[in-house]
Amino acid sequence: MSAAPQKAKAGAEKIEVEVSAIVPVNELVSRFEFKRRDGQPFPPFSAGAHTVVEMNDNGRMRLNPYSLMSDPADTSIYAISVRRDDEGRGGSLFMHRHVKVGDPMTITYPVNLFPLDLRGHKHVFLAGGIGITPFLSMIATLERMGGRWEMHYACRSKALGSYVDELTGRHPDKVHVYCDDQDEAIPLESLLDGQPLGTHVYVCGPAGMINWVHSTAEAHGWPKEHVHSEEFLAPQPGKPFEVRLCKSDIVIQVGEHESLLEAIERCGVQAPFLCRGGACGQCETDVVEADGEFIHRDHWLEEEEHASGKKIMPCVSRFVGKTLVLDR
Amino acid sequence: MSKFQFPKSIRSRPVYGTLTPRRGKSHLMIADAEGAEALLDLAQQDAEVFRTAHLIYIPKATGETYVEKLKALKPAQFYVGPSYEASVSRIRRVLSDAHMGLQVYLTGTEGLMGQAMNEAMTAGIPHQAIQTEHRGSVARRMQCVHCKGITEDVMTDPFQCTHCGLHLFVRDHYSRRLAAFQGVCIDAEDPGNIPEPVELYK
Repeated sequence: MSAAPQKAKAGAEKIEVEVSAIVPVNELVSRFEFKRRDGQPFPPFSAGAHTVVEMNDNGRMRLNPYSLMSDPADTSIYAISVRRDDEGRGGSLFMHRHVKVGDPMTITYPVNLFPLDLRGHKHVFLAGGIGITPFLSMIATLERMGGRWEMHYACRSKALGSYVDELTGRHPDKVHVYCDDQDEAIPLESLLDGQPLGTHVYVCGPAGMINWVHSTAEAHGWPKEHVHSEEFLAPQPGKPFEVRLCKSDIVIQVGEHESLLEAIERCGVQAPFLCRGGACGQCETDVVEADGEFIHRDHWLEEEEHASGKKIMPCVSRFVGKTLVLDR
Repeated sequence: MSKFQFPKSIRSRPVYGTLTPRRGKSHLMIADAEGAEALLDLAQQDAEVFRTAHLIYIPKATGETYVEKLKALKPAQFYVGPSYEASVSRIRRVLSDAHMGLQVYLTGTEGLMGQAMNEAMTAGIPHQAIQTEHRGSVARRMQCVHCKGITEDVMTDPFQCTHCGLHLFVRDHYSRRLAAFQGVCIDAEDPGNIPEPVELYK
């Protein structure tokens, strides 16, 4: 099992903020900037950290994680970039349609599940689409430290590549952009080849890209400790199911479009979370009894744990069957 | 037989494995004395890895016993050094010229593996990715926690620090940074009460 969860409480500590700016980046992406309502500086964060944004969508609470993309050295603002997903569950649409400058919002303290390994002699960033966001704060950090880095950014078209002009303008020799509509692709094999000893590679993008980078690096003899990835998994819809929470002594219904974690929260039961994307391990829950099939979608549990039927990550995973009793 | 099964110990004590061929762009193999046997076994599994291997071998007391056999594996580069100290500059040079995808294989005594691992880690390879296999002597490299002097090839417990002369209890507490076990004064509470030295693992 990986690192021990930091604290067993319902989510991270929260910060009351106000939306201080909304800047359209391109057709799909907007940057939201926050300042603190109490006028204090924000807590410092390390590059690669994310925050979970609370959205009160007509009484329905949505909680979406977003990478902090502002400069970690600037504690006066936090900024995130949100890609509008018209087919998604509605969080990003809510941000784009309903959030206005001046709105009060609540976000969590930053949590970092994708930090730079500062022992690295060199850092290679591979971004796909909106996966660019964690790298903006990493670049700011490395530039300040005089660290060695290069970036390879794959996007659908130049117009849909977020921050392409800023990045290539500021770091013309380090940032390389590949556009699908130009039939360009990241030349992964040749760029892994010949990297100096002590190089770390970081990938953020769709699952296929992440798997491709892990398997290619492994085939080139890279230690797995030098390949880092982050994927924000949204809970996928599925058939409604019923769950009994034995500690709370209630039976709850999980709807088609809500996650098990969201259903637990909706019924007033406090459950811990940090990433809501199946990666941090904070919401890991023991299964007391189950008669049916689990649909595991997380990156946290080991394969044997998935097979054992004794654990579930309620933020992204579901269940199909007759009975499910959780120790919650 | 050059293999030795270390008894179970505290978490700090290094655990060694069995060398297996790994996919990689190039291979660095560093061995001393009976470590040669582990490399010969490795060649049995896959002789191909030696075609892109740089082999650094320090025979110590085994003299010429293994040199020709290792040479016959046809490593891309083969260096026989009189001592670890004499080989360090070469090891550093190989590591500084190396690229990602280099596989490191260390075999032989604990002192050799620990020091060479330290060099590889400094060069940027995570310790989890470095293969080790113990062969030959169970002698240890010990640091005196009092004077910080390091004594090589310690075979008995307690032993007398070659730097400050204190009699030291041989601990399994290991420092990856120093590539050495820790020796602590055995008669601090009761000066002069020094047990007869016994050979390690006897």
